[in-house]
Amino acid sequence: MAALQDKYKELIDAATEANTTDLKVSELDGVLHIDGIAPSGAVKDQLWDIYGKIDPNFLTGDVVMNINVATAVEGAKLKVVTESSNLNVRQGPGTDQPIVGKAAHGATVTLISKQSDQWWLIRTDSGAEGYAYAQYLQPIE
Amino acid sequence: MTMKLKLLSTLILSMGILFMVSCKSKPKDADIQAAVTTALQSTPGVSADVKDGVVTLSGAVASQADKDAAEAAVKLNQGVKSVVNNVTVTPPPPPPAPTPEVTADDALKTSVASIVKDFPGIQADVKDGVIIITGEQKADRWKKLKIALDALKPKKVDASGLKVK
Repeated sequence: MAALQDKYKELIDAATEANTTDLKVSELDGVLHIDGIAPSGAVKDQLWDIYGKIDPNFLTGDVVMNINVATAVEGAKLKVVTESSNLNVRQGPGTDQPIVGKAAHGATVTLISKQSDQWWLIRTDSGAEGYAYAQYLQPIE
Repeated sequence: MTMKLKLLSTLILSMGILFMVSCKSKPKDADIQAAVTTALQSTPGVSADVKDGVVTLSGAVASQADKDAAEAAVKLNQGVKSVVNNVTVTPPPPPPAPTPEVTADDALKTSVASIVKDFPGIQADVKDGVIIITGEQKADRWKKLKIALDALKPKKVDASGLKVK
Protein backbone atom coordinates (compact mmCIF):
# COMPACT_ATOMS: atom_id res chain seq x y z
CA MET A 1 0.00 0.00 0.00
CA ALA A 2 2.54 2.49 1.08
CA ALA A 3 5.23 1.46 -1.42
CA LEU A 4 3.51 3.07 -4.41
CA GLN A 5 2.74 6.25 -2.47
CA ASP A 6 6.40 6.38 -1.44
CA LYS A 7 7.58 5.97 -5.02
CA TYR A 8 5.32 8.80 -6.18
CA LYS A 9 5.64 10.90 -3.01
CA GLU A 10 7.16 13.84 -4.91
CA LEU A 11 4.20 13.84 -7.27
CA ILE A 12 1.56 13.63 -4.52
CA ASP A 13 3.36 16.32 -2.48
CA ALA A 14 3.58 18.61 -5.52
CA ALA A 15 -0.13 18.17 -6.22
CA THR A 16 -0.94 19.02 -2.60
CA GLU A 17 1.38 22.04 -2.50
CA ALA A 18 0.02 23.41 -5.78
CA ASN A 19 -3.47 23.52 -4.19
CA THR A 20 -4.96 20.83 -6.37
CA THR A 21 -8.57 20.65 -5.25
CA ASP A 22 -10.60 17.47 -4.76
CA LEU A 23 -7.28 15.63 -4.69
CA LYS A 24 -7.94 11.91 -4.36
CA VAL A 25 -5.14 9.38 -4.07
CA SER A 26 -6.29 5.77 -4.06
CA GLU A 27 -5.02 2.36 -5.00
CA LEU A 28 -6.57 -0.52 -6.89
CA ASP A 29 -4.79 -3.76 -7.79
CA GLY A 30 -1.29 -2.29 -7.65
CA VAL A 31 -2.16 0.89 -9.54
CA LEU A 32 -2.06 4.32 -7.91
CA HIS A 33 -4.94 6.56 -9.00
CA ILE A 34 -4.43 10.30 -8.66
CA ASP A 35 -7.46 12.49 -9.35
CA GLY A 36 -7.89 16.19 -8.83
CA ILE A 37 -8.46 19.64 -10.27
CA ALA A 38 -5.32 21.71 -10.81
CA PRO A 39 -5.61 25.50 -10.44
CA SER A 40 -4.04 26.03 -13.88
CA GLY A 41 -2.84 24.28 -17.00
CA ALA A 42 0.74 25.03 -15.92
CA VAL A 43 0.26 23.01 -12.72
CA LYS A 44 -1.17 20.11 -14.71
CA ASP A 45 1.90 20.21 -17.01
CA GLN A 46 4.21 20.38 -13.99
CA LEU A 47 2.56 17.32 -12.42
CA TRP A 48 2.89 15.35 -15.65
CA ASP A 49 6.57 16.36 -15.84
CA ILE A 50 7.16 15.04 -12.30
CA TYR A 51 5.32 11.82 -13.11
CA GLY A 52 7.49 11.42 -16.23
CA LYS A 53 10.62 11.99 -14.17
CA ILE A 54 9.75 9.25 -11.66
CA ASP A 55 8.51 6.84 -14.32
CA PRO A 56 10.31 7.65 -17.60
CA ASN A 57 7.94 7.39 -20.58
CA PHE A 58 5.11 6.28 -18.26
CA LEU A 59 5.79 2.65 -19.09
CA THR A 60 5.47 0.99 -15.67
CA GLY A 61 1.70 1.30 -15.73
CA ASP A 62 1.40 1.74 -11.97
CA VAL A 63 -0.23 5.18 -12.11
CA VAL A 64 -3.41 6.54 -13.64
CA MET A 65 -3.42 10.32 -13.25
CA ASN A 66 -6.53 12.29 -14.12
CA ILE A 67 -5.91 15.98 -13.51
CA ASN A 68 -8.48 18.45 -14.76
CA VAL A 69 -7.89 22.18 -14.95
CA ALA A 70 -9.99 24.55 -12.85
CA THR A 71 -9.86 27.33 -15.44
CA ALA A 72 -11.80 25.19 -17.93
CA VAL A 73 -15.12 26.67 -16.80
CA GLU A 74 -18.15 27.73 -18.78
CA GLY A 75 -17.45 30.80 -20.85
CA ALA A 76 -13.69 30.19 -20.82
CA LYS A 77 -11.65 30.67 -23.97
CA LEU A 78 -10.04 27.50 -25.26
CA LYS A 79 -7.26 27.02 -27.73
CA VAL A 80 -7.50 24.25 -30.29
CA VAL A 81 -4.41 22.11 -29.71
CA THR A 82 -4.69 19.49 -32.42
CA GLU A 83 -1.49 18.13 -33.94
CA SER A 84 -1.97 20.15 -37.15
CA SER A 85 -5.43 19.37 -38.52
CA ASN A 86 -8.75 21.08 -37.91
CA LEU A 87 -10.87 20.00 -34.96
CA ASN A 88 -14.22 18.47 -35.82
CA VAL A 89 -17.22 20.03 -34.13
CA ARG A 90 -20.04 17.53 -33.96
CA GLN A 91 -23.80 17.61 -33.45
CA GLY A 92 -23.61 15.32 -30.41
CA PRO A 93 -21.01 13.85 -28.09
CA GLY A 94 -19.50 10.96 -30.05
CA THR A 95 -17.38 10.33 -33.11
CA ASP A 96 -20.42 8.76 -34.80
CA GLN A 97 -22.19 12.13 -34.71
CA PRO A 98 -22.39 14.27 -37.87
CA ILE A 99 -19.85 17.07 -38.20
CA VAL A 100 -21.46 20.51 -37.97
CA GLY A 101 -18.31 22.60 -38.23
CA LYS A 102 -14.57 22.76 -37.86
CA ALA A 103 -12.24 24.73 -35.63
CA ALA A 104 -8.82 25.49 -37.08
CA HIS A 105 -5.62 24.32 -35.42
CA GLY A 106 -4.53 27.08 -33.03
CA ALA A 107 -7.89 28.86 -33.15
CA THR A 108 -9.73 30.11 -30.08
CA VAL A 109 -13.17 28.77 -29.18
CA THR A 110 -15.53 29.32 -26.24
CA LEU A 111 -16.54 26.64 -23.78
CA ILE A 112 -20.33 26.50 -23.39
CA SER A 113 -20.59 23.45 -21.14
CA LYS A 114 -18.97 20.12 -20.40
CA GLN A 115 -21.10 17.18 -21.47
CA SER A 116 -18.50 14.85 -19.92
CA ASP A 117 -14.77 14.84 -19.25
CA GLN A 118 -14.31 13.90 -22.90
CA TRP A 119 -16.92 15.91 -24.79
CA TRP A 120 -17.28 19.64 -24.41
CA LEU A 121 -19.90 21.83 -26.05
CA ILE A 122 -18.12 24.75 -27.70
CA ARG A 123 -18.77 27.75 -29.92
CA THR A 124 -16.34 28.59 -32.70
CA ASP A 125 -15.41 32.10 -33.79
CA SER A 126 -17.74 31.73 -36.76
CA GLY A 127 -20.60 30.99 -34.36
CA ALA A 128 -20.95 27.26 -34.95
CA GLU A 129 -21.92 25.34 -31.84
CA GLY A 130 -21.27 21.68 -31.24
CA TYR A 131 -19.35 19.05 -29.36
CA ALA A 132 -15.60 18.64 -29.61
CA TYR A 133 -13.14 16.31 -28.01
CA ALA A 134 -11.76 17.89 -24.79
CA GLN A 135 -8.33 16.39 -25.35
CA TYR A 136 -7.73 18.94 -28.11
CA LEU A 137 -8.89 21.94 -26.13
CA GLN A 138 -6.69 23.81 -23.70
CA PRO A 139 -7.85 26.68 -21.49
CA ILE A 140 -6.16 29.99 -22.27
CA GLU A 141 -4.83 31.59 -19.07
CA MET B 1 -44.53 24.45 82.41
CA THR B 2 -43.60 27.09 79.84
CA MET B 3 -39.94 26.36 80.60
CA LYS B 4 -40.50 22.68 79.86
CA LEU B 5 -42.30 23.40 76.62
CA LYS B 6 -39.54 25.72 75.50
CA LEU B 7 -36.95 23.07 76.22
CA LEU B 8 -38.93 20.47 74.32
CA SER B 9 -39.42 22.65 71.27
CA THR B 10 -35.71 23.52 71.27
CA LEU B 11 -34.91 19.83 71.46
CA ILE B 12 -37.24 18.99 68.55
CA LEU B 13 -35.82 21.86 66.51
CA SER B 14 -32.23 20.88 67.11
CA MET B 15 -33.01 17.25 66.29
CA GLY B 16 -34.63 18.42 63.11
CA ILE B 17 -31.56 20.46 62.16
CA LEU B 18 -29.32 17.54 63.00
CA PHE B 19 -31.42 15.28 60.80
CA MET B 20 -31.28 17.73 57.93
CA VAL B 21 -27.55 18.16 58.28
CA SER B 22 -26.91 14.43 58.41
CA CYS B 23 -29.16 13.99 55.41
CA LYS B 24 -27.24 16.62 53.45
CA SER B 25 -23.80 15.21 54.24
CA LYS B 26 -24.89 11.72 53.18
CA PRO B 27 -26.79 11.94 49.84
CA LYS B 28 -28.81 8.92 48.92
CA ASP B 29 -27.56 6.65 46.12
CA ALA B 30 -30.53 7.71 44.01
CA ASP B 31 -29.43 11.36 44.25
CA ILE B 32 -25.87 10.45 43.36
CA GLN B 33 -27.16 8.37 40.46
CA ALA B 34 -29.10 11.33 39.10
CA ALA B 35 -26.15 13.72 39.43
CA VAL B 36 -23.70 11.22 37.93
CA THR B 37 -25.99 10.46 35.00
CA THR B 38 -26.15 14.17 34.22
CA ALA B 39 -22.37 14.44 34.50
CA LEU B 40 -21.95 11.55 32.07
CA GLN B 41 -23.99 13.18 29.35
CA SER B 42 -20.81 14.58 27.85
CA THR B 43 -19.33 11.09 27.45
CA PRO B 44 -21.86 8.99 25.56
CA GLY B 45 -21.47 5.24 25.79
CA VAL B 46 -20.69 5.27 29.53
CA SER B 47 -23.25 4.29 32.17
CA ALA B 48 -22.96 4.40 35.95
CA ASP B 49 -24.20 2.24 38.77
CA VAL B 50 -24.19 3.62 42.32
CA LYS B 51 -24.11 1.56 45.49
CA ASP B 52 -23.31 2.99 48.93
CA GLY B 53 -21.64 5.97 47.31
CA VAL B 54 -19.39 3.80 45.13
CA VAL B 55 -19.85 4.54 41.44
CA THR B 56 -19.13 1.74 38.98
CA LEU B 57 -18.65 2.93 35.41
CA SER B 58 -19.24 0.59 32.48
CA GLY B 59 -19.53 0.85 28.72
CA ALA B 60 -17.15 1.43 25.84
CA VAL B 61 -15.45 4.58 24.55
CA ALA B 62 -13.12 5.37 21.66
CA SER B 63 -10.10 6.55 23.65
CA GLN B 64 -8.35 6.46 27.04
CA ALA B 65 -8.93 10.22 27.29
CA ASP B 66 -12.69 9.67 27.12
CA LYS B 67 -12.44 6.98 29.79
CA ASP B 68 -10.46 9.32 32.10
CA ALA B 69 -12.85 12.19 31.38
CA ALA B 70 -15.83 10.08 32.45
CA GLU B 71 -14.14 9.17 35.73
CA ALA B 72 -13.13 12.78 36.42
CA ALA B 73 -16.66 14.04 35.73
CA VAL B 74 -18.16 11.52 38.13
CA LYS B 75 -15.65 12.11 40.95
CA LEU B 76 -16.66 15.76 41.22
CA ASN B 77 -20.16 14.86 42.43
CA GLN B 78 -21.00 15.14 46.07
CA GLY B 79 -21.35 11.89 47.94
CA VAL B 80 -19.20 9.86 45.57
CA LYS B 81 -16.82 7.86 47.75
CA SER B 82 -14.91 6.13 45.01
CA VAL B 83 -15.14 5.24 41.34
CA VAL B 84 -14.61 1.79 39.84
CA ASN B 85 -13.78 2.45 36.22
CA ASN B 86 -14.73 -0.61 34.17
CA VAL B 87 -15.06 1.32 30.93
CA THR B 88 -13.35 -0.40 28.00
CA VAL B 89 -11.44 1.47 25.32
CA THR B 90 -12.30 0.34 21.78
CA PRO B 91 -10.60 2.44 19.11
CA PRO B 92 -12.85 3.05 16.10
CA PRO B 93 -12.01 0.96 13.02
CA PRO B 94 -9.89 2.81 10.44
CA PRO B 95 -11.94 4.31 7.61
CA PRO B 96 -12.09 2.06 4.55
CA ALA B 97 -9.42 2.84 1.95
CA PRO B 98 -10.83 4.94 -0.90
CA THR B 99 -11.27 3.10 -4.17
CA PRO B 100 -10.85 4.77 -7.54
CA GLU B 101 -13.68 5.12 -10.01
CA VAL B 102 -13.25 2.81 -12.97
CA THR B 103 -15.06 3.18 -16.30
CA ALA B 104 -16.94 0.13 -17.63
CA ASP B 105 -15.38 -1.66 -20.62
CA ASP B 106 -18.02 -0.73 -23.20
CA ALA B 107 -17.82 3.01 -22.55
CA LEU B 108 -14.05 2.77 -22.25
CA LYS B 109 -13.70 0.95 -25.62
CA THR B 110 -15.65 3.67 -27.48
CA SER B 111 -13.63 6.48 -25.93
CA VAL B 112 -10.29 4.72 -26.41
CA ALA B 113 -11.07 4.06 -30.09
CA SER B 114 -11.93 7.72 -30.73
CA ILE B 115 -8.65 8.85 -29.17
CA VAL B 116 -6.31 6.23 -30.60
CA LYS B 117 -7.48 6.82 -34.20
CA ASP B 118 -5.46 10.05 -34.09
CA PHE B 119 -2.30 8.18 -33.12
CA PRO B 120 -1.17 6.14 -36.12
CA GLY B 121 1.08 3.24 -35.15
CA ILE B 122 -0.80 2.56 -31.92
CA GLN B 123 -3.13 -0.34 -31.27
CA ALA B 124 -5.35 -0.42 -28.23
CA ASP B 125 -7.39 -3.08 -26.54
CA VAL B 126 -9.62 -2.90 -23.47
CA LYS B 127 -10.06 -5.75 -21.03
CA ASP B 128 -11.49 -5.62 -17.50
CA GLY B 129 -10.98 -1.88 -17.26
CA VAL B 130 -7.36 -2.08 -18.43
CA ILE B 131 -6.29 -0.29 -21.62
CA ILE B 132 -3.58 -2.32 -23.35
CA ILE B 133 -1.42 -0.25 -25.67
CA THR B 134 0.90 -1.77 -28.26
CA GLY B 135 2.85 -0.39 -31.20
CA GLU B 136 5.38 2.39 -31.62
CA GLN B 137 5.17 6.07 -30.80
CA LYS B 138 7.39 9.08 -30.25
CA ALA B 139 7.85 10.04 -26.59
CA ASP B 140 6.00 13.38 -26.75
CA ARG B 141 3.08 11.88 -28.66
CA TRP B 142 2.87 8.98 -26.22
CA LYS B 143 2.73 11.45 -23.32
CA LYS B 144 -0.24 13.18 -24.97
CA LEU B 145 -1.93 9.83 -25.51
CA LYS B 146 -1.28 8.72 -21.93
CA ILE B 147 -2.78 11.98 -20.56
CA ALA B 148 -5.87 11.46 -22.72
CA LEU B 149 -6.21 7.79 -21.75
CA ASP B 150 -5.81 8.42 -18.01
CA ALA B 151 -8.65 10.97 -18.22
CA LEU B 152 -10.97 8.13 -19.27
CA LYS B 153 -10.66 6.66 -15.75
CA PRO B 154 -9.33 3.23 -16.68
CA LYS B 155 -8.18 0.74 -14.07
CA LYS B 156 -4.73 0.74 -15.63
CA VAL B 157 -2.92 1.71 -18.82
CA ASP B 158 -0.70 -1.22 -19.73
CA ALA B 159 2.01 0.02 -22.10
CA SER B 160 4.43 -2.86 -21.59
CA GLY B 161 3.99 -3.71 -25.26
CA LEU B 162 4.73 -0.17 -26.45
CA LYS B 163 8.01 0.89 -28.01
CA VAL B 164 8.83 4.54 -27.36
CA LYS B 165 11.03 6.08 -30.05
